[in-house]
Amino acid sequence: MSGLDDLYREIILDHYRTPRNRGELESPPAVESRGHNPLCGDEITLFLLVDGEGDEAVVTDVKISGQGCSISQSSASMMTQAVIGKTVGEARAMIRRFRSMMGIEGTDPQPGDDDIDLGDLEALQGVVKFPVRIKCAVLGWSTLADALDRA
Amino acid sequence: MAFDLDTVRKEFPILAREIDDKPLVYLDSGNTSQKPRQVIQAMSDFLENSYAPINRSSYRLAGEATEAYEGARRAVARLINAPSADEVVFTKNATESTNLIARSWGVPNLGEGDVVVLTHMEHHANIVPWQMLRDELGVEIRWVPLTADGQLDLTDIGRLLDGAKVFSFTAMSNVLGTLPPVAQLCAAAHDAGALAVVDACQYVPHNVTDVQAWDADLVAFSSHKMCGPSGIGMLWGRMDVLDAMSPFLGGGNMIDTVTLDGYTTAPVPAKFEAGTPPIVEAVGLRAAVEFLEDLGMAEIRQHEIDLTRYALDTLDERFGDDITIYGPTDTAVRGGVLSFAFRDLHPHDISQILDERNVCVRAGHHCAKPLMQVLGVQSTTRASFYLYNGTDDVDTLADALDSATDIFGF
Repeated sequence: MSGLDDLYREIILDHYRTPRNRGELESPPAVESRGHNPLCGDEITLFLLVDGEGDEAVVTDVKISGQGCSISQSSASMMTQAVIGKTVGEARAMIRRFRSMMGIEGTDPQPGDDDIDLGDLEALQGVVKFPVRIKCAVLGWSTLADALDRA
Repeated sequence: MAFDLDTVRKEFPILAREIDDKPLVYLDSGNTSQKPRQVIQAMSDFLENSYAPINRSSYRLAGEATEAYEGARRAVARLINAPSADEVVFTKNATESTNLIARSWGVPNLGEGDVVVLTHMEHHANIVPWQMLRDELGVEIRWVPLTADGQLDLTDIGRLLDGAKVFSFTAMSNVLGTLPPVAQLCAAAHDAGALAVVDACQYVPHNVTDVQAWDADLVAFSSHKMCGPSGIGMLWGRMDVLDAMSPFLGGGNMIDTVTLDGYTTAPVPAKFEAGTPPIVEAVGLRAAVEFLEDLGMAEIRQHEIDLTRYALDTLDERFGDDITIYGPTDTAVRGGVLSFAFRDLHPHDISQILDERNVCVRAGHHCAKPLMQVLGVQSTTRASFYLYNGTDDVDTLADALDSATDIFGF
């Protein structure tokens, strides 16, 4: 079961069983964005609140609702913890770094991306060995990217 | 050849494949079936010895290839008891067949406010082509609902079909396994003056099919789910219905003549077969039909009834309330398709854990999202059986499900 152990690390299962920042925010003022995985039909809704303008604005709150598998739910849960309190520019850099960790090309890397510390999210590295699950892992991130574009 | 599971399995080379030193437990035949050696061999032999264009050139090799292609048409006609092989049209897949029906029958015959009746357990292939006509022509779609155990609720069928022009329904649900009463539904359609269209994609590979006994008008099905290759699908239709339909794609082979001013169409079935068709695939399909006929469709159906019964009982005994299996429990009205929910685990995670033991199942919406909404779920895990599956496969499935608990602790 070594492959599965690599995928289902304890931190991932913890976020799956007890997802952080679940719920909804009033929209507006929050930006509401929906994401779905056409492969399995999973749908999530992300609520984003930023304070300020442009890349220097600060992500003050993120909430996630909807259903998904352990990978999509834990990834989104850890993502909310990672980006709350960061600037929009930093959040975008984390999205690029995460997508690059998932082996997704065309993510337009910027200098310094490699130095970004994803913290607990590094536990999702094992997903790369299971290509069909990559879409699950990035679902929350793509939805966040969409919300940031519209914030 | 009498039906013997060990003998059948030996005919499928892929079933000898091991991953991580463990055998393959292929439970995704509702998605696509594996291929027996004689299908692989027939395609390979044809490519090595007889490949040539069909219906175009006059040399002997081309004649041989044309004969092989037409032989496939005759084999398919025999399998479904069609009155004439000319009523069998080859397409790319069953989805193209349903789209052909919507385009070539629907567009000329339907208009604003005309009613098309579908059911809640249709595959997207029998929903979206009609929704396209709703958007383009303003046709109205009505839905036959389901009972709590996943059968068609026919209580209001008379009212739903009242004034309908088309009743298009599946002969076997790809999610629930439900086998609705096809002949009764065709009769109900005809009583209402509607065209009876049957999506038999899941049905034909697993059952004795008799399109005349059904009294259907148009029937769509595919090769790759019945041991044949992918890339070729079938549309059977009553000749008078097919003859009155508009052509589908335009090009070579489908014309009688072409001038600068226009064209006339070839007779059915060529009228619907524009361009070079899947020739090699037709040869493989013929071998698949002969393989199934040798075993006997009634024997295959009986094997799957026994296996489905065993699976329903085993999963219930081992997991009780921890597992919810959707669809009818009576194997007389259900095929070998088991969609289920298990211990609050997401189907993707279940599928991942089963894959560790090479148990291949489908996790997702099964191209039936409206049905998922009716069931109140986003997705399910689906194990689907075929003639090469046995009780040992069900046992491995159950063992593998058990191991999910170890990982997730649910």
